[in-house]
Amino acid sequence: MSDSLIEESILSRPTYGTLKIVPGLAHYFLADASGAECIIRDVQELPRDMMEKVHILYVPTPGEAALITSLYALGAKRFEHFPTIEEAVAKLGEWLSDAKMGSQLYLAGTEGLVGQGVAKGEECGLDHTAVQCEHRGSLARRVQCVHCKTMIEDVTTQPVKCPTCDLLLLVRDHYSRRLAAFQGVCINAEDPTEEIEIKEVFK
Amino acid sequence: MSASDHLIPVVVSNVVEVNPIIKRFEFKHVNGDELPAFSGGAHIVVEMLDDGTKRKNPYSLMSSPFERDQYAISVRRDDTGRGGSKFMHEQVRPGMQMKISAPVNLFSLDLRARKHLMIAGGIGITPFIAQMTQADKLGVPFELHYAARSVSQAAYMDSLADRFGDHVSCYCDDQGESVDLEVLLSNQPLGTHVYVCGPKGMIERVVETASSLGWPAAHVHFEHFLAPPVGEPFEVHLAKAGIDITVGAEQSLLEAVEASGTPINCMCRGGACGQCETVVVACDGDIMHNDHWLDEEQRAAKQRIMPCVSRFRGKRLELDL
Repeated sequence: MSDSLIEESILSRPTYGTLKIVPGLAHYFLADASGAECIIRDVQELPRDMMEKVHILYVPTPGEAALITSLYALGAKRFEHFPTIEEAVAKLGEWLSDAKMGSQLYLAGTEGLVGQGVAKGEECGLDHTAVQCEHRGSLARRVQCVHCKTMIEDVTTQPVKCPTCDLLLLVRDHYSRRLAAFQGVCINAEDPTEEIEIKEVFK
Repeated sequence: MSASDHLIPVVVSNVVEVNPIIKRFEFKHVNGDELPAFSGGAHIVVEMLDDGTKRKNPYSLMSSPFERDQYAISVRRDDTGRGGSKFMHEQVRPGMQMKISAPVNLFSLDLRARKHLMIAGGIGITPFIAQMTQADKLGVPFELHYAARSVSQAAYMDSLADRFGDHVSCYCDDQGESVDLEVLLSNQPLGTHVYVCGPKGMIERVVETASSLGWPAAHVHFEHFLAPPVGEPFEVHLAKAGIDITVGAEQSLLEAVEASGTPINCMCRGGACGQCETVVVACDGDIMHNDHWLDEEQRAAKQRIMPCVSRFRGKRLELDL
C-alpha cells in the first residue's frame, strides 16, 4: 500500500496504487518533493545497466536541494528539474513525443502533478495500462471553476473562492481525467448573500 | 440466432488462380444488390453444398470496404483438411450460386491507433488487404510486414508492394529473409497498435515479444481461425432436443448439431469468438478442446465445450442443447 491518505469516495474520484517497475523499453518518472522518495525507492533497486532506460523529471519544493542530489545520484540517463509542475509536464510531453511503444510512465506525488502527468501521457499516445500513479503528500486539490473555467491550484479549503469570478465554490469529489481537476460548483447560487464558513479540509 | 442463419444468395462472379495453392473467389448478390457494409478484418461464412454434406467455412474479406458491389476472399487449398478448401478449389466456378453470411468482424482496426502495424504470415494476408485499403483512405499511418515460405506462395505480394509502396515489407523464407520482431516492435511510436494474422507460432512470437518489451496488451491484436480438425466419429446426446447425433470423421460437432436441426449460436466457426460455448451435462471420456477461447482450468473441468472445433473420445457426451 502507498502512504496515500485518500479516503474512499465516489467512483469518478481517482484512487492510486504503489509504483512497481514493469518490463519496458524505457521508464519515465515524474515526481514532486513528496513523491521523490517513491522514485528513489524503486530506481535504486534496478540493476546498473537498466539506468540507460530511466528518465526522471522532478519538481522540487523551492529552496530544497537534498532530494535533487539524491535523485541525480541515481545515475539515470536523463535527469532534469523544473520549478513548476507545468514546466515539468511540458518537458515530459517533449520526451514522450520521441518515445517508443514499450515505454512506461511512473507518476508520484500530489494529485495535481499525478493528474497532469496522466493527461499528458494520454495525449502522447500512452495506454492507461502503461501509466502508474502513487499519491504522496498533501491532499490539496486542483480545481476547475465550472463557471469561468479558471484552474485553481493547491486548493485546501471547502468551499474555495474562485480568484477570477469571485464565486464561492463547493469542491466536489467529481473529477475530470481530461482536465486533471476536481469540479468546483457555486455553493450559494440561490442566495449569494448566504454566508458560508471556509474551512481547511484538504491538508 | 447466428449470423449464418440469414444467408445472402450470391453468384460467383469470378474465380482467379492466384498461385498453385491459392484461388480468389468473387461474389455478387444474385439480384445485383449492394452487399452489407463491413470494415477491414471482417470475415464471411461460405456455405458449401458438397454432395449431401453442408459445410460452412469462415474466410476473411479482402475486397475494399468502400466497394459493396462485390466481395472477394482467397482460399488456400489444404488437401489434408476436411474438404472445404478442396471443394472451393475443385467445384466452385463462375456463375455458380452459393450462400454466404453477412460479414462479422473479430479483427477490426482499433480506430484510436496513431499507427497500425500489421504482421502477416502466408494466407493470413487476406484481412490486411482490406485493412490497408481502409487505413490508407482514413489517412492513418500503417506498415505491413508480410512473411511467406517462398516467392511463388506469397499471394498478392507484388500487387501490394505496387499499391502501397514503402508501407509494405516482404520476407520470403526461401530467400533467407525473416522479420526481426524485436527490432520492429522496439521502434514503433507511442500509440501504435500491432495486428498479427498467420500461423500459431508467429502469433505467439509477436504476442510474447510485444509483452516482453512492455507493450500494453490492449495494443496487440491477433486473429487465428482454426480449421476444425478431422478425427474419429463420435456420438453425442443433445439433452434439450432429446436426440442422439453422430459426428462424422470430417464433420465438426457444430456442423452435426446444425444438420440435426437443433438451434445453436455460432459466429466464427474457428474456436475464436466464444459464441457457440455450450454447457456439458455429462462427460465420460476426453474432450479434445482445440479452441483458444476456454482457459486451461475450464478445459480440465469438462463443463464447457466449443462445438465448432472440439471433438470427443469416450463413452458418453451429453450437451445442454
